[in-house]
Amino acid sequence: MALPQIKQDATDARLAALTLPDGGWSDTARQEAVARVRNMGLPGARDEYWKYTRPDTLVQPDAPKAALFEAEETPVFGEVDRLKIVFVDGVFDAEASDDLAMEHVTIDRLADAADIHWAKDLYGVLETRGQTPVHRPLAALNTAFATDGVLIHVTGKAPKPVSLIYRHESETSDAILHHVVKVESGAELTILENGPAAARFNKCMEIDIADGGVLHHVRAQGRDPERRAATAMFVRLGSESVFKSFTLTANGVLTRNEMVVELTGDDAIAHVAGACVGDGDFHHDDTVFITHDALNCESRQVFKKVLRNGATGVFQGKILVKEGAQKTDGYQISQSLLLDEDSQFLAKPELEIYADDVACSHGSTSGAIDEEGLFYLRSRGIEEGPATDLLTLAFLAEAVMEIEDESLQDEINGRVEAWLTRRRG
Amino acid sequence: MLEIKNLHVKLEEEDKQILKGVDLSVEAGKVHAIMGPNGSGKSTLSYVLSGRDGYEVTEGEATLEGEDILDMEPEERAAAGLFLAFQYPVEIPGVGNMTFLRTAVNSQRKARGEEEMSAADFLKMIRAKAKELKIDADMLKRPVNVGFSGGEKKRNEILQMAMLEPKMCILDETDSGLDVDAMKLVADGVNALRDAGRGFLVITHYQRLLDHIKPDVVHIMADGRIIKTGGPELALEVENNGYADLLAEVA
Repeated sequence: MALPQIKQDATDARLAALTLPDGGWSDTARQEAVARVRNMGLPGARDEYWKYTRPDTLVQPDAPKAALFEAEETPVFGEVDRLKIVFVDGVFDAEASDDLAMEHVTIDRLADAADIHWAKDLYGVLETRGQTPVHRPLAALNTAFATDGVLIHVTGKAPKPVSLIYRHESETSDAILHHVVKVESGAELTILENGPAAARFNKCMEIDIADGGVLHHVRAQGRDPERRAATAMFVRLGSESVFKSFTLTANGVLTRNEMVVELTGDDAIAHVAGACVGDGDFHHDDTVFITHDALNCESRQVFKKVLRNGATGVFQGKILVKEGAQKTDGYQISQSLLLDEDSQFLAKPELEIYADDVACSHGSTSGAIDEEGLFYLRSRGIEEGPATDLLTLAFLAEAVMEIEDESLQDEINGRVEAWLTRRRG
Repeated sequence: MLEIKNLHVKLEEEDKQILKGVDLSVEAGKVHAIMGPNGSGKSTLSYVLSGRDGYEVTEGEATLEGEDILDMEPEERAAAGLFLAFQYPVEIPGVGNMTFLRTAVNSQRKARGEEEMSAADFLKMIRAKAKELKIDADMLKRPVNVGFSGGEKKRNEILQMAMLEPKMCILDETDSGLDVDAMKLVADGVNALRDAGRGFLVITHYQRLLDHIKPDVVHIMADGRIIKTGGPELALEVENNGYADLLAEVA
């Protein structure tokens, strides 16, 4: 079917501005991805899943300029013993990174990987699976044109987290990164991600977790107020495997985080959580799609957004329970704390269930700060500003607590506290 | 300590006068009790003094050690030494009791230009105070008042009072929802804080609490005014005869 002209033009313009990298073993996958992009067209304002978020600046050929953040601050996860992999404006920086070697984990740079590589079976494969029933053209664009990224193979319990650090140094950088992670049966890894990355960042991560594998993912996205990001994670879980992901987003004029999870083996567990704090020119969109396609699996979506001065939060979360996926336990909550009347939260929870013995619940709320609680805190001598901050942290706590590791919880809470204090001036 | 003169208060949202000229003076080292039927304005008085929104002072004044408190923010009143033990303590999910108390103690110290209490000193102090009130470590860790029983909530109020060491304590129906043992525990906590430099205003419906916290002065409040003031015997009179006689007396 032909694309609408406006979408055709936008897609052509974007593709014309990009050059297909020499991908070696990934060449076929990249060419197929180009075909997918041509076929779907890049997102347009009329697309069902782009109703609440304007895709134009993510699609246009050049990245809109984004100023660098000036304030001094200690980067997040600074206290965590981790293997650091640094990208500057989307380019791997060997100098700043640790040796890409750790017990039970092999890491290759996408650009360097040898011709026959395990990632060949996954690169673009999980992304392709995630294109049905909802199109995610920016992820296909990523598969085709990614210039860098890492391929992480986990064969046992990793001794420390792999930390992906995205630095932003150029005001006009347009970065496309693609990572592939394969967690073997019984293996376990924690992946950390942080940093503003680029003026415009398109990041895709494909994750395959074999039976009994465990992957924890904690991300702190933020800083530069003018940066833009479209990220997508495609996760496939085998039986009795576990995937737990948490994202904190602070600042950024536009962020779209897509999370596509497929529970394909029995007794698997997938938890995805997010907290965002937005002030002013801030648009944050969480789009989540969880498919239950096996018995007795559990999924949780916990998303909390604090919005003020006209900030916008979007949540589109879906649980699809396929035929035969009995004993599914699905839970979804999305809540916003609106600190003034100019901010808005747009939520679209969706459940689609084709099995009869399942428990799925969902809820969505918007509210202001609890006046009773605020008065109680103030009556004990806590000033209005700090009291509001305390209640804000409390509001986000349910999402932050989804992080299993308490020291990582502390890192995230510390980050939110710093943000709140800074905003208070 | 606390001086209230001719205090008139109406609800902000509707044209309803609640307090119609309250005069009250609580001296340092004394315990005053206010009794009165439902709707007499007792709780309103406590809320107005602590700075809750929704009330408008139309006349009169209230001072704490000579300082006008009605123009202060709630946190400034707290730092000045005023404490209200709530009738219905508020649950605050997500905020740990200990974090809350430490923030409160140090906020007040900061406001008064004092040095903040160290984590170690704070821990030592809160452990000792909590023990006296039979508050276990788990209750200190849990979110403020969340999942606490009625008795636990009231004990938690007294713990806050003990930690903040206010000059003027207002207890708003602290006995409501308490069984006899819990009331004894709370009263012991309050009595432990009685000293020459501190004033108390105990608002209650029942004489029972006053068996445990012996008042120096008892006031009867009705229809937004103090209608009678006397010694502890006045509370017994109410207990035996109800308010009807007193109301008839002044009518």
